[in-house]
Amino acid sequence: MSALFLAFAYLRYHWARSLVLVLVAALILFVPVATQTLLSTSERALVARGEATPLLLGSRGSQLDLTMAALYFSDERPDPVAMREVEAVWDSGLGVPIPVYTAFSSTGFRIVGTTLDYFDFRGLSPASGRGLSMLGDAVIGAQVAESLGKGVGDTLVSAPENLFDLDGVYPLEMPIVGVLAPTNTPDDQAIFVDIKTAWVIQGIGHGHEDVVTAADVAAGTAALANAAVVQYQRITEDNIESFHFHGSQDDFPASAVIVVPNDTRSSTILKGRYLDTEGPTQLIEPAGVIQGLVDRIFRIKSLLDVVTAIIAIAAVAAVGLAVFLSYRLRAREIATAVKLGAQKGMVLRLLAAETVMLLFVAGCIATIGAVIVSRNAEAWVGWLLALGN
Amino acid sequence: MVRVENLTFGYGAGGFRLRVPEFVLDDADRVAVVGPSGSGKTTLLNLIAGILTPEEGRIEVAQTEISGLADAERRRFRASNIGFVFQDFALLDYLSARQNIYYPFRITPALTLDAEARDRAERLAVACGIGDKLDRHPSALSQGEQQRVAICRALVTRPKLILSDEATGNLDPDSKARILDLLFEQAAEAGAAVLAVTHDHELLPRFERVLDFAQFREGAAV
Repeated sequence: MSALFLAFAYLRYHWARSLVLVLVAALILFVPVATQTLLSTSERALVARGEATPLLLGSRGSQLDLTMAALYFSDERPDPVAMREVEAVWDSGLGVPIPVYTAFSSTGFRIVGTTLDYFDFRGLSPASGRGLSMLGDAVIGAQVAESLGKGVGDTLVSAPENLFDLDGVYPLEMPIVGVLAPTNTPDDQAIFVDIKTAWVIQGIGHGHEDVVTAADVAAGTAALANAAVVQYQRITEDNIESFHFHGSQDDFPASAVIVVPNDTRSSTILKGRYLDTEGPTQLIEPAGVIQGLVDRIFRIKSLLDVVTAIIAIAAVAAVGLAVFLSYRLRAREIATAVKLGAQKGMVLRLLAAETVMLLFVAGCIATIGAVIVSRNAEAWVGWLLALGN
Repeated sequence: MVRVENLTFGYGAGGFRLRVPEFVLDDADRVAVVGPSGSGKTTLLNLIAGILTPEEGRIEVAQTEISGLADAERRRFRASNIGFVFQDFALLDYLSARQNIYYPFRITPALTLDAEARDRAERLAVACGIGDKLDRHPSALSQGEQQRVAICRALVTRPKLILSDEATGNLDPDSKARILDLLFEQAAEAGAAVLAVTHDHELLPRFERVLDFAQFREGAAV
C-alpha cells in the first residue's frame, strides 16, 4: 500500500510527465487494436455488401468501377448502360433487374435513381415519412438527414453538373418525403429518387408551359417558336402532368443494373449470356470483385502491420528510456530510502508500482478507446467507405 | 549507545582506508565529529548505521552488534533505531512536508504509521515551528524550514541515535545555531544521542564532546 501511495504521489506531482507516458503507452496499446477492429469490420462490411448483391450488369469496362459506383455510390462513373438491358432481363424471366443511376449529387451526397424494387431488395424502410410515390420525390439515408439536418417536408436541390451546359443538367428541387432507418451501409449516405427523376435532372425529361397556347392559335401564330416558355425546376401536383420524356426509354441511361436471379440455374444462364467479351455489356459477381479489393487492402495491411510494429518498438524503447532516465533522476531518493532503512525489495516495489500504475491507466484508456471503436466500428466504417464519394 | 572497537574499513585495494581503535558514544550524548574533507567522517556514520560493513572490528549500537547482522536485519535495525539528518535535507519534492515526515514509515515494514505516530509527527512539527506548513511541498519552504522537516523525519520514529551529516552546512549563520539547538532540544526530549559531522567550528561549543577525525586516518597515532 505504501509503495502504491508513494507511486501515486510521484505520478500526481509530475502529472505532465505521467500524462505523456500514459498517452504514449495508451496509443501503443490502442492503435493496433483499433486498426485491427476497423480493418476486420471494413472487410466484413465490404464483403457483406458484395455478397448481398448477386449480380451486376453494366457497360464493359472496369469491374471495380462498376461495383464501386453501383454498390457504394462512389465517384466512379462507368459508361452508362441502356435501359433496354433492364427490359432484356425482365423479358428473360430469369431474375429481377434493379437499375441504379448514380450520375448526380446534391449537397455532397450521391443521388441514386432507382426503382421501388431496390428498397425491397436492400430491406430499406423509412424511419419517418413514406417511400417514393411521385416523380420528384426524394427519400434520404439516415446520415444524409443527420448531416444536413433535414427531414420530411424539407427540400433538396440537385447540383448543376456544368454551369455552361445550357442544354444539360438543371437544378431540380426535390421534396424529402421519407428518411430511411440507419443501416450502417452506403445507403445511409444516399439520396434516393425514382430513376425517372434522375432522368429529369439530366434533362432527358422535363416539364414546361404549353409551347402553343390557345391565344397563339387564335392569333394565328401557333407555328412560331416561343423563347419565353417557362421550364419547371420543381415538380408539383400542378405541373406534373406537363413532365414528359423525349426519345425511347430503352435508350435512357443507368449506371448499372443489379440483377437478382430467381435461382442458381437462372444465375448461371444469365452469366452465360454476357460472356461475349466483344459485347457492350458485362454481368459480374460483385462478391468476387470486392474480395479482390479486400485481398489487396489486406496485402497493404500486412505492410501497415510491419510499420505499426516498428513504430511500437520505437515507442516502447522511448517510454523505456523515459522510465529509465526517471529512475536515474531518482537515484538520490533511492539512496535516502536505503539510508533510512528501506527494505531491498521496497525500492523495486516502488518503481514497479509506478510502472504498473502507468500501464494500468494506459491500459484502461486503450481499452475504453477499443470498446468505443468496437461499438462504433460499423458506423465509422460506413462513413470511411463513403469518404471517397 | 555506540561502541566501536578495532574498526578497519577500506574502499577497494589501495583506496581510502579508515581505522578506529575505539570510539564510545554514551546515551543522550552530543558529539561533534570534525576533520578535513575525505578523512572518513561520513564513512564512519555509514558504518555505524550499518550501510557499510567493516572489514574488521566491532560496532555496537544500542547493545546490538550491528556489524554482525544480516543486510535485511541491519535495514530493520536502522529504520527502528537510527535517525538521519543530511546536509542537503534529502526531502522528496513530490511529497508534502507532512508526508516527508511520514516517509520512514512508508518504506519499511519495521515501522507502523498509526495514529500515535501521526500525533507525534504533528507535535514535532509544531515544536519545530512548521506546524502551519505541513501541507506545503519542499519547494515552497525555506532552507531552514526544509531542515526542520528533515529533523522531524529523523525524530518521528523515536530513534535512540541521531546521525547528522553536515546538517547545518547549507544554512545561513543565524539558522545554523537555531537548527542545531532545535535538533539537540528534540533529541534530548526523545532521549536520543547525537553524533554530528560538522565543519562549523563556531558550533562546536554547543557539543558535549568533539572528536577530531584526523587521528583515525590510516597510520595516524591515536
